[in-house]
Amino acid sequence: MNLTLHVWRQAGSSAPGRFETYQAKDVSEHASFLEMLDLVNEDLTREGKEPIAFEHDCREGICGSCGMMINGVPHGPNKMVATCQLHMRFFHDGDVIWIEPFRATAFPVVRDLVVDRSALDRIMDAGGYISVRTGSAPDANALPIRKHESDLAMDAAQCIGCGACVAACPNASAMLFTSAKVSHLGMLPQGQPERWTRVVDMIAQHDLEGFGTCTNHGACQEACPKGISVDFIAHLNRDLLKSSWKAAEPPASAVAGGR
Amino acid sequence: MNLDAKIPAGPIEQKWDKHRFDMKLVNPANKRRYDVIVVGTGLAGASAAATMAELGYHVKCFTFHDSARRAHSIAAQGGINSAKNYQGDGDSIFRLFYDTVKGGDFRSREANVYRLAQVSLNIIDQAVAQGVPFAREYGGLLANRSFGGAQVSRTFYARGQTGQQLLLGAYQALKRQVALGMVELHTRHEMLDVVVVDGVARGIVTRDLVSGKVESWAGHAVVLATGGYSNVFFLSTNAKGCNVTATWRASKRGAGFANPCYTQIHPTCIPPAGDYQSKLTLMSESLRNDGRIWVPKEAGDSRRAAEIPEGERDYYLERFYPSFGNLSPRDISSRRAKEMVDTGHGVGHMKNGVFLDFKDAIARLGQDVIAERYGNLFEMYEKITGENPYQVPMRIYPAPHYTMGGLWVDYNLMSTVPGLFVLGEANFSDHGANRLGASALMQGLADGYFVAPMTVGNYLAGVPREPVNADHAAFRDAEQGVHEKTSRLLGVNGSKTVDEFHIELGRLMWEKCGMERSGAGLKEALAKIPEIRERFWREVRVPGSGDTLNQSLEKAGRVADFLEFAEVMCWDALTRDESCGAHYRVEHTTPDGEAKRDDENFAFSSVWEFKGVGEKPELHKEPLEFEYVKLSTRSYK
Ligand SMILES: Cc1cc2nc3c(=O)[nH]c(=O)nc-3n(C[C@H](O)[C@H](O)[C@H](O)COP(=O)(O)OP(=O)(O)OC[C@H]3O[C@@H](n4cnc5c(N)ncnc54)[C@H](O)[C@@H]3O)c2cc1C
Ligand code: SF4
Ligand code: FES
Repeated sequence: MNLTLHVWRQAGSSAPGRFETYQAKDVSEHASFLEMLDLVNEDLTREGKEPIAFEHDCREGICGSCGMMINGVPHGPNKMVATCQLHMRFFHDGDVIWIEPFRATAFPVVRDLVVDRSALDRIMDAGGYISVRTGSAPDANALPIRKHESDLAMDAAQCIGCGACVAACPNASAMLFTSAKVSHLGMLPQGQPERWTRVVDMIAQHDLEGFGTCTNHGACQEACPKGISVDFIAHLNRDLLKSSWKAAEPPASAVAGGR
Repeated sequence: MNLDAKIPAGPIEQKWDKHRFDMKLVNPANKRRYDVIVVGTGLAGASAAATMAELGYHVKCFTFHDSARRAHSIAAQGGINSAKNYQGDGDSIFRLFYDTVKGGDFRSREANVYRLAQVSLNIIDQAVAQGVPFAREYGGLLANRSFGGAQVSRTFYARGQTGQQLLLGAYQALKRQVALGMVELHTRHEMLDVVVVDGVARGIVTRDLVSGKVESWAGHAVVLATGGYSNVFFLSTNAKGCNVTATWRASKRGAGFANPCYTQIHPTCIPPAGDYQSKLTLMSESLRNDGRIWVPKEAGDSRRAAEIPEGERDYYLERFYPSFGNLSPRDISSRRAKEMVDTGHGVGHMKNGVFLDFKDAIARLGQDVIAERYGNLFEMYEKITGENPYQVPMRIYPAPHYTMGGLWVDYNLMSTVPGLFVLGEANFSDHGANRLGASALMQGLADGYFVAPMTVGNYLAGVPREPVNADHAAFRDAEQGVHEKTSRLLGVNGSKTVDEFHIELGRLMWEKCGMERSGAGLKEALAKIPEIRERFWREVRVPGSGDTLNQSLEKAGRVADFLEFAEVMCWDALTRDESCGAHYRVEHTTPDGEAKRDDENFAFSSVWEFKGVGEKPELHKEPLEFEYVKLSTRSYK
């Protein structure tokens, strides 16, 4: 098939951007969307032009590197896939495709379709972990966990950190991403000790990074390649609410006479 | 080149404990005065950086990815082994050790493998405590499955995303240390040289991939955990960014490269669909637990699978290996598939695959059970091929997947350059000539969480505490080298793209140094590689500049390194005039076509010393001794 692409080109974070038009010729329906862009880039390079920069690595939907707006939709028209798993059989000969970077204040453009998503990493720094020193763990089967809870935690843990939820959200909120981690850790017994501070700290960082507030729009869930459910946002909100009195409870160490 | 493996004395089961006791300790108050550089944030790098920071060392960690969470480890699907024996099916540390030595076709170091099996227990404990949501049974205990060639169920898994969950666990531990100020994390930084001062590793040189800034970093020890080099074949299951640059450049600075020809081909990948193919996708090997592999008996048969009656199908693995059947080891399954395709029995529009059929399993267990076990893999297959594997058999074909070769390390994981440690897939590892399924995740985490933090500490206890800095002339020289290489790549201004060369090299390596190798073919490759390299430096076109994000430039640097490294691979494959594990020399086969080892002449690890680009590297040997596992011929009949 032959396609017309309008691609956002921007030389650097402070440089002005614009759409450029390219023709993608003889594209196989079995090719992936990124393989289609590879072909365009090969042609551009041979013509002495700079190829389109886009982020990618695993090309199997798990590393979370790839991601772009395809006709206004993060990761394109196929549900539950990252851009790298989108195949050209979802397009037709003669289609016109608009390709842009994920847009959000907290995701400055680095170049062309590449954006800086380090704000998501900083949300993780604020508390997206369970504090356990290497070598100090008890036997793994010492603490049985109901399969149902473990499965639910796994549902949340699947987030690949791609940022499509942010790009889809009219408020550019990263609530789906944040809730996935808060829920994954907060639903497991191992995650309880830090549960009430984790949610507060991660949300504080989320707001500090300039992500918007969640107004229950639901566009994030639609765009998420891993099908992370907005139910986790509800879970986060409940924890956030509870944290205000949980955090007020005296810590166990104080009751026991401090340390 | 000094290849003293420094294996501690004593019975194998006591070596590691004794060694740990004998190690020198760094006074806790002094630990923060030591700078440790860790390159790579995959399972090996992230776990090492986090643990060393917990211990109190000051860690500087680097990755070329935009986030530490994106390392290639994230893509591992199937699972991680551990000798927990939670299933009570007869597993033990010794059995895991035994299976790994035997699976590696007797080309690994016993002492290291035993330690790996020992610490495999701690890994699962650690991961669960971090919140890794491994699969569980209804009783709440951890679930296990059997995996590729093992007769016990010792594999732990998290749906088809085990690597992702383990990496997120290690990444989260790393993030905690970043927040505590114990780890300085530099993302989008590519390491382009190791700096050696007076014979000791003292730091690295990086290029900031966004600004192009070339910078030096000094440390008391340098740890490389930069993954494997399967992308030398261009098409592989590895992420596009995987490369040999870090280890190759270390090799050029004096680190011996061990067993580069040991590369593993994975039997169950989706076959290429066309010329534009950019990488290959692995379908987890766990599928072989329930799928049956077959091809049409008649060569050239173009009928659809459903039209081929049972009697006209050849379930060749079941036929050749009645006791292991579809679960035969990776190398054997891969070679047999190639043989089927080469003799005209291939299936699919390019006739380049074999069938993996779930029809019988669905009839026996029901579609629900199959969906519960493999649902996400089936979906992934359908997304890529547009075919529904519940209805038509999958098509699979072998693809390069993992590299057992890597920088040589002693028992302490230190390379031949003092102060330079190598972990994970980047070292020549514990897998000998062939790695068992679900053992790479185990090895990466064993190295990173439990081995390196101890052995690097032992090394640091013996070096002066004085702050190190990047003032030495060796840093300027290394920076200069990086600048020159960048300008050279940008300056060729030829007419061909980087990928054109990478594809050409990859095809050559796949044909001559891939699943099957012959002396004549390897010599051809050795003649051809310098010629491609020479053309690359004359005809490549790298657009753009060196002071912005330039993905063509990144790729060009990596392919330039592959073009040098490929020769060492071929030298290694040529001089190893035997077959063993994944290294299959057509000249050395048993009467029924299996790899035929030559223990009398080749029971050693080959360690190559760099002698100059295009020069024949020098071969050194580390003899291998087998005290606990008797040398025997593998038999999967
Ligand atoms: C598709 C697939 C499935 C797999 N499934 C399994 C499985 O089920 N079980 C199993 O045990 N194994 C599996 N493996 C193998 C296993 O995933 C890898 O061997 C292992 O994860 C490697 O980990 P690592 O930490 O050594 O390296 P990697 O995870 O590859 O990490 C390398 C790191 O180094 C960085 N890096 C590299 N070069 C540089 C440089 N020059 N400068 C800066 N940074 C650099 C990268 O950014 C990255 O952070 C699988 C492999 C593949 C390809
Ligand atoms: S929640 Fe979904 S869309 Fe958002 S970062 Fe995670 S995987 Fe991507
Ligand atoms: S490239 Fe890894 S998720 Fe798309």
